[in-house]
Amino acid sequence: MEPKTKINAEDGRQELMITRDFDLSLELLFKAHVEPELVAQWMGTNVLKLDTRKHGSYQFATADPKGNKHRFNGVIHQFIPNEKITRTFEMEGTPFEAQLEFLEFQKLSEDTSRLNMHIVYRSTSQRDQMLKMGMRQGMNMAHNRLEEAAGKLK
Amino acid sequence: MNLRRDVFQAISDPTRRAILLLVASQSMTAGAIASNFDSARPTVSKHLQILTECELLTQEQTGREIYYHLNPGKIKEIADFIEPFRKLWDLRFNQLEAVMQKYKTKK
Repeated sequence: MEPKTKINAEDGRQELMITRDFDLSLELLFKAHVEPELVAQWMGTNVLKLDTRKHGSYQFATADPKGNKHRFNGVIHQFIPNEKITRTFEMEGTPFEAQLEFLEFQKLSEDTSRLNMHIVYRSTSQRDQMLKMGMRQGMNMAHNRLEEAAGKLK
Repeated sequence: MNLRRDVFQAISDPTRRAILLLVASQSMTAGAIASNFDSARPTVSKHLQILTECELLTQEQTGREIYYHLNPGKIKEIADFIEPFRKLWDLRFNQLEAVMQKYKTKK
């Protein structure tokens, strides 16, 4: 089976592309990025602020399994409902500089849609470091999900 | 200048990627590798040194010649490198789909 989420990260480039098809209408997919409660649910984060409009901004806070708190924030540069969000993303208190994200929402059919996420980093090495960090985060997250699922089985 | 060598730095250079492709088909000496490039011999030697330092190539002494081999284990490491990042987003998006399916039926 072809993986649902695809990543295209070419060697020596400071950008990457994430593509995912959803069994959701375009409107639902877009709403998942706009409603603070919904964002909190699927991102597994506390949404401190989410002002989805041009020149709006957002701030999220999460705690990792060790109880360390992390904050993320960004500014929204372009906001076209059911079509496009251009925003920055920054992890507070890390050496990573802000990254630029272009989210494009596409209708495939009445109840399927596609998200293209183009992320541009400050440099090639920052992109690669971010990929490596994703590796560790991914492990933690998969682990948490497993524990959650196991907890429900009890 | 003593740069920290890592595989991603090593493969960011097009000449080094060409060397890896060349050696993938058969083990070769530095001289044989260099004859495939217009670059000066010391330049090619430098590339070979970097590729060896980060373990993409291994050296084997045969008589008076040193042959360079590809290290498939290390190559696989690169291919696997993006996979956890992809999985992270896949999990997130699966979650998004589940949350929104539930939201849809609630309405």
